[in-house]
Amino acid sequence: MARIYIFTRFERFWHWTQAALIVFMLVTGFEIHGTYTLFGWEKAANLHTTAAWTLIGLWLFAIFWHFTTGEWRQYIPTSKNILGVMNYYSVGIFTGAPHPFRVTKLSKHNPLQRLAYLLIKLFINPLIWLSGLAYLYYNELAASKIAAVAGVNLGTIALVHTAAAFMMLAFLIGHLYLSTTGHTPLAHIKAMITGWEDEESDRSPATVSAPIGH
Amino acid sequence: MAALVASMFLAPAVDAESDSGSAKLLKSTSDHTKFKALQVEFNSGPEVTKACLSCHTEASKQLHKTEHWKWEYRNAQGQLLGKKTLINNFCITPVTNEAACNICHIGYGWKDDSFDFTSEVNVDCLVCHDTTGNYRKPAGLAGNVVTKAMEFPPGSGNIIKPIDLKKIAQAVGKTSRDTCGACHFYGGGGDGVKHGDMDSSLASPDQALDVHMDALGLNFACATCHMTEGHQVPGSRYAPTGRDKDGAHLRGKEDKTNPTTCQACHGQAPHKKIAKLNDHTDKVACQSCHVPKFARGGVATKMSWDWSTAGKMGPDGKPLTIKDAKGHPIYTAAKGDFVLGENVVPDYLWFNGKVTYTLRSDKVEKSSQPVLINHFDGSASDGKSLIWPVKTMHGKQAYDPVNKTLVVPHLAGNDDTAFWTNFNWEKAVATGMASIGAPFSGKVDFVATESTWPITHMVAPAKDALRCHDCHASNGRLEKLTGIYIPGRASDHARWLDNTGWAIAALTLLGVLGHGIGRILVSKRSK
Repeated sequence: MARIYIFTRFERFWHWTQAALIVFMLVTGFEIHGTYTLFGWEKAANLHTTAAWTLIGLWLFAIFWHFTTGEWRQYIPTSKNILGVMNYYSVGIFTGAPHPFRVTKLSKHNPLQRLAYLLIKLFINPLIWLSGLAYLYYNELAASKIAAVAGVNLGTIALVHTAAAFMMLAFLIGHLYLSTTGHTPLAHIKAMITGWEDEESDRSPATVSAPIGH
Repeated sequence: MAALVASMFLAPAVDAESDSGSAKLLKSTSDHTKFKALQVEFNSGPEVTKACLSCHTEASKQLHKTEHWKWEYRNAQGQLLGKKTLINNFCITPVTNEAACNICHIGYGWKDDSFDFTSEVNVDCLVCHDTTGNYRKPAGLAGNVVTKAMEFPPGSGNIIKPIDLKKIAQAVGKTSRDTCGACHFYGGGGDGVKHGDMDSSLASPDQALDVHMDALGLNFACATCHMTEGHQVPGSRYAPTGRDKDGAHLRGKEDKTNPTTCQACHGQAPHKKIAKLNDHTDKVACQSCHVPKFARGGVATKMSWDWSTAGKMGPDGKPLTIKDAKGHPIYTAAKGDFVLGENVVPDYLWFNGKVTYTLRSDKVEKSSQPVLINHFDGSASDGKSLIWPVKTMHGKQAYDPVNKTLVVPHLAGNDDTAFWTNFNWEKAVATGMASIGAPFSGKVDFVATESTWPITHMVAPAKDALRCHDCHASNGRLEKLTGIYIPGRASDHARWLDNTGWAIAALTLLGVLGHGIGRILVSKRSK
């Protein structure tokens, strides 16, 4: 079985640290929201804030990494093969059809992944961050000389932040499940841990590159 | 060598001696025992005051301007307030009961309307400046003191011991928790009755009860915060500061704002260790977190007082008294039913410093009970309010159902109409209302009333202050407070968002589970 090295050490570190932080922030965040009591409000708020700053620090490194390595190109959306991939996940995966997308080092995400991750990076993340920072610095905003900024009340900020958290939660559920859809249930997860992705032995480049099903 | 060793031991001894010498240094420049004017026998209070005024020439003129003297205060809305005219839902009013109630007036002899408010010698210096603890103004004598043993009330066999005015006058000093407390701890007719955050436990409190007045610690006197100049005591409840937006007062910098606020010393960002707490100071009064409960010193405060049940006689035909397990009266024939409270969680409301009162002349409707004896104004959005802790006092008291006013009952006195003598409301109210020249229909009914008292004393050490979850929770301390979003309080949630959010999460979960089950079934079939 051929193996290719697609996730570098930093990328894996970034992914798993971010994953842990996001799960932790969902847990503490919904406690702050008032959904349940786990750590106690004070501790939850402190931990959530610390995790937020940690994630922001991590992201500064990640952004630097994206641009210095050119990896940001992995997230440029493409319509090429997108219907094929959609067809695979809705039909092909049940009929034993081969995956229409072949992972390479230069193109490690299928078109659906590209879209989903881009949505995370350009919409949900900024929404969480901006609303989160506004939440943290609400007093400074309220004291602002700019009327439009000063007029935003905490309820609105919390509303946006909570809405973004729900989006992240929905993404997380889908993402966790889709991580089991490799040629074995743990294949993708292994790749994310070791960096090495197995190439399916029964899949020839010819079938992979051709659009199928329509 | 021996001399050297000796000198090593002797030297500190000499130092200690000079130390004890400097410890005798008086802070005052005057030793009142040396004043000729005070080395005489005094037969009355005014004689002492006359002696005081021989040096402190302006003192009475200053006091004549104070609420302590006038018992009158006109607020910003133009309402005439003060004990002289206000009605509350404790002992109602001192009017017609002056001989008993006015022992807490800083004067001598206010027994009725004929009292001379321009008299300088009628000002009582000693009640505030006594340091001996022996000064007494017995109830029933209109604030006068007893210098020769006397039987009071006459024929009762009760002998009032005289006090030594010379000794007391020679020992005068600054005001103290004891002198202020002699009246302010006992408002409403007994220890801790009225305020909830002021009672005799503050005479010598420990740190847990009051971090500033802690007798073995900072040992603040009342005047440490109520910084008084020219006898004008700042920090009156009639002129409260709802929100002090200024920083800490600085020596040399002219500052005319209220010096009694927390901010006047602590500024706007007092939390050094947990900076996030400073984000609260624009919305939450310091007291809301730092006075976690009131009546914390072991003295109960009255939370409710129902006058309508007063007048019951016991099986022995004598006025009935019922006591609780701790021996506190919860019913007396003279006053009716009480509910007492210790370690009480305050109510919280937006307060901007404006208080509106229901005056004697105001119309009262039984249909809009409870009648608000006073109303604390404020809102989340007026920019002047903070969230304040208050004691809410519930009352049920006499009113005139025809003229629709609260009434002045004549309670104390050895006469036929005093309620505490005859237990007859109609007679007592007729006398009371006649004394203020107000109309009375002859009918008495009872109406529920409510009064609000700011909670600001009994400041706990920081470790005992409220924690986040006391308010950042559902059904927390601020559950009923409106106009503000409190993270953690479910009633602030946008229900549509939470419902939609969880629905999407659940549908996503169901979707992927269905997809996964499908994959498992297919893979089993293909095997």
